[in-house]
Amino acid sequence: MKDWFKSGSPWIWMTAGAVSISLISVIGLLVMIAARGLGFFWPADVYEFDVTQEGKTQTIIGEIYDREQVPAKRLRNMGIDLGDHQEEMVERILVKTGNREFVELDFRWLLQTDIDKTEKPAGIGVFERSRNGNFYGYVEQVIQDGEIVDSQRLEELINRAVDISEKAVDLQNGEIGSINYRLEKMRLEQRALELENKLTEERIAEFDQEREELKAAYKEFEKELFQLRRALDRDEVVVRDMRGEMVTLRIAEVIDVHFPNDMSTLDKLGRFFIQLGKFVSDDPREANTEGGVFPAIFGTVFMVMLMAVIVTPFGVVAAIYLHEYAAKNTVTKVIRIAVINLAGVPSIVYGVFGLGFFVYMLGGSIDELFYPEALPNPTFGTPGVIWSALTLAILTLPVVIVSTEEGMSRIPSSLRQGSLALGATKAETLWRIILPMASPAIMTGLILAVARAAGEVAPLMLVGVVKMAPTLPIDGNFPFVHVDRKFMHLGFHIYDVGFQSPNVEAARPLVYATAFLLVTVIVALNITAIGIRNHLREKYKSLEH
Amino acid sequence: MYQSNTLPNKQHAIRKFKDRFAKYGVATGGIMVLVALLMIFFYLLYVVQPIFEDVSIEPTLTIALDDEHKTLALGTDDHVETAYRLTSEPALEYYQLHGADKTKLIKQFEINNDSEITAFAKAMPHVKQFAYAFANNSVVIIKPSFKIGFANNRRTIEPRIDFPFGKAGLSIDSDAPIDKFAFATTPENDGAGVVYQSQTQQAVYYSRLLGEINFMTDEIEWSQSNVELPNITGAVDQLHLTADLSRAFVLQNGYMYVFDVRNANKVKLVSQNRVVEYGTQVTASTLLAGASSIVIADNQGNIAQWFEVNTEQGREFTKIRAFKSDNKDINGLYPEFFRRSFVATSQSGALDVFYTTSEAHLYAEQLLDQAILDLAISPRANAYISLTSQGIHLFDVENEHPEVTWSALWQETWYEGYSEPDYIWQSTSASDDFESKFSLVPITFGTIKAAFYAMLFSVPIALAAAIYTAYFMPAKIRTVVKPTVEIMEALPTVILGFLAGLWLAPIIEEHLAAIAILIILMPVAIIAFAFMWHSLPRKILNRLPTGMDSLLLIPVILIMAYVLIELSPWFNDVFFDGDVRLFITDSLGISFDQRNSLVVGIAMGFAVIPTIFSIAEDAVFSVPKHLSHGSLALGASQWQTLVRVVLLTASPGIFSAVMMGLGRAVGETMIVLMATGNTPIMDWSVFQGMRTLSANIAVEMPESEVGSTHYRILFLAAFVLFIFTFVFNTIAEFVRQRLRDKYSSL
Repeated sequence: MKDWFKSGSPWIWMTAGAVSISLISVIGLLVMIAARGLGFFWPADVYEFDVTQEGKTQTIIGEIYDREQVPAKRLRNMGIDLGDHQEEMVERILVKTGNREFVELDFRWLLQTDIDKTEKPAGIGVFERSRNGNFYGYVEQVIQDGEIVDSQRLEELINRAVDISEKAVDLQNGEIGSINYRLEKMRLEQRALELENKLTEERIAEFDQEREELKAAYKEFEKELFQLRRALDRDEVVVRDMRGEMVTLRIAEVIDVHFPNDMSTLDKLGRFFIQLGKFVSDDPREANTEGGVFPAIFGTVFMVMLMAVIVTPFGVVAAIYLHEYAAKNTVTKVIRIAVINLAGVPSIVYGVFGLGFFVYMLGGSIDELFYPEALPNPTFGTPGVIWSALTLAILTLPVVIVSTEEGMSRIPSSLRQGSLALGATKAETLWRIILPMASPAIMTGLILAVARAAGEVAPLMLVGVVKMAPTLPIDGNFPFVHVDRKFMHLGFHIYDVGFQSPNVEAARPLVYATAFLLVTVIVALNITAIGIRNHLREKYKSLEH
Repeated sequence: MYQSNTLPNKQHAIRKFKDRFAKYGVATGGIMVLVALLMIFFYLLYVVQPIFEDVSIEPTLTIALDDEHKTLALGTDDHVETAYRLTSEPALEYYQLHGADKTKLIKQFEINNDSEITAFAKAMPHVKQFAYAFANNSVVIIKPSFKIGFANNRRTIEPRIDFPFGKAGLSIDSDAPIDKFAFATTPENDGAGVVYQSQTQQAVYYSRLLGEINFMTDEIEWSQSNVELPNITGAVDQLHLTADLSRAFVLQNGYMYVFDVRNANKVKLVSQNRVVEYGTQVTASTLLAGASSIVIADNQGNIAQWFEVNTEQGREFTKIRAFKSDNKDINGLYPEFFRRSFVATSQSGALDVFYTTSEAHLYAEQLLDQAILDLAISPRANAYISLTSQGIHLFDVENEHPEVTWSALWQETWYEGYSEPDYIWQSTSASDDFESKFSLVPITFGTIKAAFYAMLFSVPIALAAAIYTAYFMPAKIRTVVKPTVEIMEALPTVILGFLAGLWLAPIIEEHLAAIAILIILMPVAIIAFAFMWHSLPRKILNRLPTGMDSLLLIPVILIMAYVLIELSPWFNDVFFDGDVRLFITDSLGISFDQRNSLVVGIAMGFAVIPTIFSIAEDAVFSVPKHLSHGSLALGASQWQTLVRVVLLTASPGIFSAVMMGLGRAVGETMIVLMATGNTPIMDWSVFQGMRTLSANIAVEMPESEVGSTHYRILFLAAFVLFIFTFVFNTIAEFVRQRLRDKYSSL
């Protein structure tokens, strides 16, 4: 034993232990996010509990959300009657009961000792609603236009309502949104002419006339909208909830219904994918705590693409300069070290720089020069997607420069010399030989930059991200791409929903799902980049020999 | 030469041009990109720099006065476009300060009263009220005001006069005409307080007036309660009344008496202090903005700030700090509208500007040749208007950020209302008189604390893992393990922060005992398992693959963690009486945050592990193999070779890895933002949270007003972070490059 200690072998085992801990934490983290994130889409069973609390018996219907062990002693100290419970620990389960408008809390803890009976009865419906969260209960009656119809038609009626409300939303955001946008544009045009003293009576008359036309068109659409809303209000469904009372739900508010206890595993799998699809394609509801994350995905992708467009040329040019043209001296070396170090500067510092320089200085000047009519309301002098993209471009510039340079230094100098010896100029060598061969490295740098940018949140909080953007940065109104708009972002969505929302408990699964989405994208991007890099190394290794 | 003959000349020229174009194009582009990166540094400096700028005062205008009336008070509007003057006529006069009609008298309002003026008083500057006392015991309060309109796209200002308490004024039940008084009014103008001494000069009285609207006539009826302030007899020097009608100050023969006048029926003496040294006299005094401090000057050039402090004997007025002016003839002290700045004027025309909280003597110059008789500061503190025997002088003042000095940022400061000097960061509040407290110490402390706990957690694990991976692990496993750990570096920190705040924090709170035991037992369990493995019969051992130690340990650690967590309620029962939180707060007397340093340490340690691991692993791996082989060949054991040869050679690389990790921990934002309570406290306790520089920026930047002191200080915080990480990283990078050069020679 003493010899064994002397040999140092226990210490080697300790270092091995450190590797295990690192591996456990990385893999455990990824698995946990995946499990919790994907679990959100799996239709959970709904249980019915008969509970006796303080002598009163009631029925509680809901999904089991969490379980924990509580020492019986602590509960007894708190004055809770556990009856003739003998063991030291009592199990407590957290039940999501939904029906937010009828109960004080839509989550409640139940002690195992209070539960008389637990069962999974068939026929419990889970109603996903556009307001007040889920509703759990038994379908009693389906009413179409005031008449009771077959309960089987519930799904059909819901689909109809969903179709109509989609149409209404399209109308509101599309045509009506367009009119509002045009009206606002006209107001600015008029103000611009006024500022330039070119506003003549004729122009005013033209504006007024156009305004009248738009208003007339608006009236039409409004009428149509009201019609749709009336049509929406037609049907109802009567549901018996856990208190045993009949509750009438407007089908207009119901988005979806499913009966998890009656579903087979295959049905559940189908629903799992449908829910997953909805999550990535729907708009958020109820202060972001329900619904999908489509605008956040769109915002993240749009911003990152804009950033990639900005960062690639600049990064590559800087790398070419450093590697091919700059003199090999101390100054270049110092610059190179500085660039590498900029990658280590905290991202929030870039955010501060972006806010001060891009938003207030650059954006403020642009507003004064080109958009005086909108002042004092800022157009570009306020956080927006273009400033976010620029800030992140500066943040990721070192990544692209370093990666490109590394790629170029891996190209054997024999190739370069061969090209020059055959009479090509330096520019031609660069364009025909070096850049094509370095392109995978540039790609790697770009992917790493994109992965980094997609995960950054801190600087974006200062330069353009918002919790709820009313419009996407791309829409049907001229000039179609609005880089001055604010946008939503997956990472910020996690921060906002997880920490700022009023009902964190209810929103938590959604946060896990969002986190899973983000992690998947970023890990995939990184693995691709690593793959390309390794492939590249292999390729040049063979060239060198 | 041969080449140029075979190629058509024109094409050759184009190619040459292209080459040159590419050369210069790339060079310009490249240099511009690099310059742009450097610009971050200079831009941050550019924004920060104004807070350390000196005060400058430039004369702009002189208005000659040619009437006989005495000037009693001066003032300007918000934009320093119009000045006003209250005279002994009595009248309110407005003068133009800009445009073609500069210095012209533009409007005059006479204040009609049948009797003589006996006294005059100013309210606190931000109230913009002045009062005349007349021989018939009426006090007329006037307020100069400006009506702002827009005509033809231009802003116009129309000066007006308001009588918030009526033209006739308030009638005070005094036995004789008022000789000296101070007054204050309620914001709704439905009440007022007057401290006065009449010409009999025997006692000082406090009169509290309350107005009530008579519903029949719609007129305000005033009720009045008059009390004599205790302990005061004889003529007094100065009187002050705070704007919130809570304290009255009487200065008499070098003593300051402070009275609590909140309840007019129960006026009592709060404090009685000698405020100047024996043999000197009070020459001037004023209340400061916010009105909880009084500043007093004597005839030796000493100026002192006093405010109420909680002591063992209750609340007491205490001398907080002293300022020294070179002028022994200070004749007036004038506070600013909102900031804790004040100006001291002298008989000789010299002027000093002070900022109380930062103890800054901002300006000291001979501004005029004659005595400065009166002075007013413009509402935005960007102009002074002063009175001498020659007329009214207007000065342009640049004094944007008087509250910031290097010492105020980094040293203990005694703020109003605090019982002792302290480091405090408190940037905003709803109230207007709130004084922002910008000490960078608590948030820098928070940054260091967070980084410290993160390094405590990550350095041992990351370095040990790096050593094992680089030195002991078979190449095949290494190619999998290394990228797996490195992937973690790419994980968005917002996810780590979210997990730390919402998942890890409750777990740690719930299973604190189990986790503490886990940390202690982990090495023991690993060694025990290793010994078991070692003791296995050779026969079995030889058949098992080697170098799998780390993988073998995974189930060991997992099982142990699982068992301990399962047993955790039992541990809690044994060690903490069932409830960890309650036990720590009640029995140990330590306050416990759910989102504490332990959580941050683990979560941020997690984020830092891959950084340290990756660089340290590279360093250990790139130690030339012939060194370790030589050592092994000479009979050293694996461990001896590692410690004496490999680690020693790789130590600069390991150092650089730790530096890089530290740089990352210092600048990390989202994890600390989400996993701590973000309270700027200074406490090393592991169960308390902190606020870091980076999180502070993220929280406060969106709300700070552009160009304000707060905005610039946040930029300063960013600059500090920038320098901090840049220096760490440069050292690390430099060391690494040296190392690389060294190995290439080996």
